[in-house]
Amino acid sequence: MKQNYSIFTLVRNALNYHQDWQEAWRSPAPKPEYDVIVIGGGGHGLATAYYLAKEHGITNVAVLEKGWLGGGNTGRNTTIVRSNYLWDESAHLYEHSLKLFEGLTQDLNYNVMFSQRGLMNLAHTQHDMQALRRRVYAIQLNGIDSEILTPEQIKEMVPILDCSATARYPIMGASLQRRGGVARHDAVAWGFARKADERGVDILQNTEVTGFRIENGVVKGVETTRGPIGAKKVGIVVAGHSGVLAGMAGFRLPVESHPLQALVSEPIKPILNTVVMSPQVHVYVSQSDKGELVLGAGIDAYTSYAQVGSPFIIENQLNALTDLFPCFGRLRMLRQWGGIVDTCPDASPIIGKTPVENLFINCGWGTGGFKATPGSGNVFAHTIARGEPHPLAVPFALDRFTSGYLIDEHGAAGVAH
Amino acid sequence: MSAQKNRLATGGRIDRSRPVRFTFDGKAYYGYQGDSLASALLANGVTLVGRSFKYHRPRGIVSAGAEEPNALIEVGTGNRREPNTRAPQIELYDGLTTASQNRWPSLDFDLGAVNSCLSRFFPSGFYYKTFKWPKDGWLFYEKFIRRMAGLGTGSTEADPDRYDKVYGHCDVMVVGGGPAGIAAALAAGRAGARVVLVDEQSELGGSLLSERDRSIDGKPAMDWVAAAEAELAAMPEVKVLTRTTAFAYLDANMLSCVERITDHIGPNASGPRQRLWRIRAREVILATGSIERPLVYSDNDRPGCMLASAGRTYVNRYGTAPGQRVVILTNNDTAYQTALDFAAAGVSVAAVVDLRANPQGALVQATRDKGIEVIANSAITHVKGAKQVKEVDVMSLSADGKSVTGGVRHIYCDTVLSSGGWQPTVHLHSQTRAKVVWNEELHAFVPGPVMPGQNNVSVGAAKGVFGLADCLAEGHEAGAEAARRFGFTNAAGSAAGAEAEPAAEPLRPMWIVPSDKPVGQGGKHFVDYQNDVTAADVMLAHREGYLSVEHLKRYTTMGMATDQGKTSNVNALAIMAGLRGMNIPEVGTTTFRPPYTPVTFGVFAGPDKGDFLDPIRKTPIHQWHADHGAAFECVGQWHRAWYYPKAGESMHDAVNREVKATRDSVGIVDASTLGKIDIQGPDAAWFLNMVYTNAWTKLEPGKCRYGFMCGEDGMVFDDGVTSRIAENHFHMTTTTGGAARVLSWLEEWHQCEWPDRKVYFTSVTEQWAVFALNGPNSRKVLEKVVSGIDLSEEAFPFMSWRDCEVAGVKARIFRISFTGALSFEVNVPPSYALHVWRALMSAGEEFNITPYGTEALHVLRAEKGFVIVGQETDGTMTPQDLGFEWIIGKAKPDFIGRRSHLRSDTARPDRKHLVGLLTENPQEVLPEGAQIVEHVKDKPPMTMIGHVTSSYWSPNANRSIAMAVIKNGRNRMGQTVYLPYDGKVVAARIAKTDFLQDGAAANA
Repeated sequence: MKQNYSIFTLVRNALNYHQDWQEAWRSPAPKPEYDVIVIGGGGHGLATAYYLAKEHGITNVAVLEKGWLGGGNTGRNTTIVRSNYLWDESAHLYEHSLKLFEGLTQDLNYNVMFSQRGLMNLAHTQHDMQALRRRVYAIQLNGIDSEILTPEQIKEMVPILDCSATARYPIMGASLQRRGGVARHDAVAWGFARKADERGVDILQNTEVTGFRIENGVVKGVETTRGPIGAKKVGIVVAGHSGVLAGMAGFRLPVESHPLQALVSEPIKPILNTVVMSPQVHVYVSQSDKGELVLGAGIDAYTSYAQVGSPFIIENQLNALTDLFPCFGRLRMLRQWGGIVDTCPDASPIIGKTPVENLFINCGWGTGGFKATPGSGNVFAHTIARGEPHPLAVPFALDRFTSGYLIDEHGAAGVAH
Repeated sequence: MSAQKNRLATGGRIDRSRPVRFTFDGKAYYGYQGDSLASALLANGVTLVGRSFKYHRPRGIVSAGAEEPNALIEVGTGNRREPNTRAPQIELYDGLTTASQNRWPSLDFDLGAVNSCLSRFFPSGFYYKTFKWPKDGWLFYEKFIRRMAGLGTGSTEADPDRYDKVYGHCDVMVVGGGPAGIAAALAAGRAGARVVLVDEQSELGGSLLSERDRSIDGKPAMDWVAAAEAELAAMPEVKVLTRTTAFAYLDANMLSCVERITDHIGPNASGPRQRLWRIRAREVILATGSIERPLVYSDNDRPGCMLASAGRTYVNRYGTAPGQRVVILTNNDTAYQTALDFAAAGVSVAAVVDLRANPQGALVQATRDKGIEVIANSAITHVKGAKQVKEVDVMSLSADGKSVTGGVRHIYCDTVLSSGGWQPTVHLHSQTRAKVVWNEELHAFVPGPVMPGQNNVSVGAAKGVFGLADCLAEGHEAGAEAARRFGFTNAAGSAAGAEAEPAAEPLRPMWIVPSDKPVGQGGKHFVDYQNDVTAADVMLAHREGYLSVEHLKRYTTMGMATDQGKTSNVNALAIMAGLRGMNIPEVGTTTFRPPYTPVTFGVFAGPDKGDFLDPIRKTPIHQWHADHGAAFECVGQWHRAWYYPKAGESMHDAVNREVKATRDSVGIVDASTLGKIDIQGPDAAWFLNMVYTNAWTKLEPGKCRYGFMCGEDGMVFDDGVTSRIAENHFHMTTTTGGAARVLSWLEEWHQCEWPDRKVYFTSVTEQWAVFALNGPNSRKVLEKVVSGIDLSEEAFPFMSWRDCEVAGVKARIFRISFTGALSFEVNVPPSYALHVWRALMSAGEEFNITPYGTEALHVLRAEKGFVIVGQETDGTMTPQDLGFEWIIGKAKPDFIGRRSHLRSDTARPDRKHLVGLLTENPQEVLPEGAQIVEHVKDKPPMTMIGHVTSSYWSPNANRSIAMAVIKNGRNRMGQTVYLPYDGKVVAARIAKTDFLQDGAAANA
């Protein structure tokens, strides 16, 4: 068992100048073989390993990470958590994740700072309002909290928003998910890593997969920069590089990898308590506990594996921000970065089997993977352990691109298309 | 008004004839023109200027430049308040108002400092370990944590200033106006190249601004700078931008720079406040200098603890002593120059404490010769004084330098200057994703090989070359070489010369300066000042397994403050390397992300604010609509007339009137916003066959045809009527919102998939104004003003077009209808639009011609069940789902989306279908977006089978009408379904979509 984290252990350790804290996870040497290898040490991969151990009793598991754990999109997103999705399939999947988030801090004994400060989606045109009502009614009938706000209610919740009728795109209303909010992204990865490690999972950082060992259509293990490692089952959870890994295993994915940029302002005292998203004017923003405004917008149109994007995306997004929030004009951009998002044609993820037996894949989360972290790991662990998709994952199988059973969430991805 | 007690009697680049008044925390002070806020505060003896982020420790000024971690100031008030501004970079102007931040109630007495007393319980990452109980408690704790965090306070009022954006292009861009950069710009400029030189400071000179007595080419160094500046100013192809920071190095040699135009003048200046430059250069010369590293010694954050180089800058450049009595702590020779300059300026230097065992370099000797005590092989083990340094403890180092021994010496002082060596400013180099490499001699990272395609070269201190003569030579050579490579052959002249510096002895790397207690158990050894990260925190991160540089950074927040670790990254990295028993380069470096220093949001937005956020498009007769009382709605970028309320009319009344009048007699709508694409070429018909689902080859010139475009997924993407003008010439119309998307779509397929096809697409949306006459009397109206054609049904049948004249203007009329009523769409050149519209209005007067807006248009088309792409469709509807089985060209070998129509799910017969919906209560108008269920439950979840896409009151059917998409809807005709929304449940019956068919509404 790991040391418990609590106010009491914190005080006790303080008395000893914090000399006795244990390492959060080990740095073990790879074993020759594992029951399950999870490729990808981001949030989704670590969650998968954790739930494999916790819910399915499979502890002879390795997570292979080519860099440092949580270093991909897990550490690069804008930390928004919500489940206000249009279609039933997505709503249930993301709600499953949101519910796991609601108990995650206690489950992991690691404060992931899940802050349900509410999440607002603004509507600026008649058309926006129609789409917004449709979504809210659907979400409500799926048993998920959602409500419609008038401009007056919006103004009251976020007084610094420009709600004037003379705005270029006047705010006509908003949907609000009160249970939505933000969580500390690194803590989610670290919390899962720590607890997975506690249950015996080997987290192998700086271990890059360079190939698969496949015999007669059945996966037997992987080749890595630290030598071959055998496995009975393998799960690929590598986001932006899914297509690369699938290529190594000999199949193709309907996935495009695009840069997605984000930025933060310098920290200031609390000024914005709600997550505000505007798909029309095209920006989303929240304020972190540290005081930084955290901003995102849309993907770069071109495909790329480089974690940088075009500067014009940033300009447009700050145009939108300073138009919605005229008082933010004098704040400053502190840091700006990009991640690589794996997007599917229908803006929904792929979870399930691949053409290679015992090789499973979980990808295509596009611009919205962080919020799904626990849910994704949970259903993927089930899928790997049972060899059959979790009920919530069934609609998200790879073969939907053959059948045409698409789950088109372009509208709900928070990005205007 | 206090006296400037630390101001030196002479010296500095300040203008003593121009005193400047400013305030700090409400108190008034004087400085001089040329002062920074930091130098003016120091001159006035103000050393406590802020509180740290986490522990609220009292903090003073650490640096004299962009790397400042501590002295963050709120500048200005009201709508111009700007938090977190670095004091050394704020230029003083008369009336400047400044305040400290992150303290309450005052800087001197800050209740937040309780955190400092409890700091033992708040190590790095403490918040991950606690605040977990009760389960929903985090929002409660968070409220307090949020209030404690943050730094300055942002304004809640709109920013009143304007910002500007501009593009620049040049052959050679030089970043940094120090000796190397100036030499580079001179050489390239003389050779004839187009040069841009940017520098973040108010004047050129770089490190020379801080020198006391250096000379170049036998002249005082700053005279050389002035001459160079004059020479550069005289070159027409050279542009020098001061107060301009190159903050991002983007792909293909583009640099983003921000020019601060009026920040040094104050709020009363005219013109834009800042300007964003995007400069594309053929070659970039990075002469960005270097930043001194502080030493990590116990209590190194007391106000009065400063970088040795900063102390020099304040004395030499600003004529200000940072304090009255100084102790210097160093591991290298450069700090001795500070000691000598202080001595020359008459500031008392109590001692130089050197970590090296036996320093004997020339500067050391010179210092000793001045009578300044040099305490070798020793460390400062404590700094006393809470809000101002009062005294330091000095002890001897043990043989291995890991601990201290012997007796304690107390030295009275009010300032401690430290130097831990120099780190080249490799930020821009690193932003290109090029590597940095560790230099064992300098104990610093220097630029590695440049990235291909990013043509840059680092020179001078930015490369780790510190001698002045070497910097001048390197800069000159880089500038001359770049110009030569681009074919500029004028003489570049020769490099300027300077005397060599005295030989220096190597520095002694000592990443933690030991104290008499173990690290973490006595005073605090700060690594990152602003975020309160100590050496003990780095050790904790190591202990807990946060070993990678990125984990270290994220777990401790080291390097993530507003200074982005300019003074702390290397120290933290080196401490971690020591703990892991690795070499520093093995541990790695963090990524240098843009921007170099924080950049104002407003300058990115530039002038594109308010109405310029997105272009507003108006039709040629927009003003007529406005003059006639139209309400407008946003449709994409367009402002369209929505309805025309008469006095006393509600929207409902107006729309009913417009709809009735159109069905009964004649209505007219401005449809100019419709997307229009001119398609020409021998393969035009072939191309239409591929992008539309139906067949186009046999359409005769003179005829029109309605079509659906699908995406590769088989889903409806856009619709419209396309007409054949001639064998190889078509006129396509698209939805208003889809026009640009469709044109891009056509171009994408043409350019990427079928580039050999001869066909050309031209947007003509704004080349035609379009007015649609609708209703039984529309022909009678048009007959009065048309010439050249016969409008009869026989001569001009439905789905055809004719050229003619309308009111004397050349026009093209299409017999197409979006209302189901008799209809003529009149197209005229936009310059004649108002004339023609007026003529049609006059001609229609006797028929009560009624202009109608988009709302009536929607009702009229819905009465006949016509779809709007984007309303009835959402990217998940096939033409078949919409009931357009007939529009799929079965005989065509291929079209975009065809393959997807064959997929099992897309071909399912029980997909969602478009149907009509009639509420049981005919007065009840459903909200668009309402969800449909078959069985109502007491509470959610309920299984949804579809939703309402369009819903209106139909004055012609005299009841509410709605369109909906419902699973298997076409096979459920007559079935009752339920719509739970807004706390109620409405029952409705599935019907056909033509609500005006005889008895359609009544039969429901």
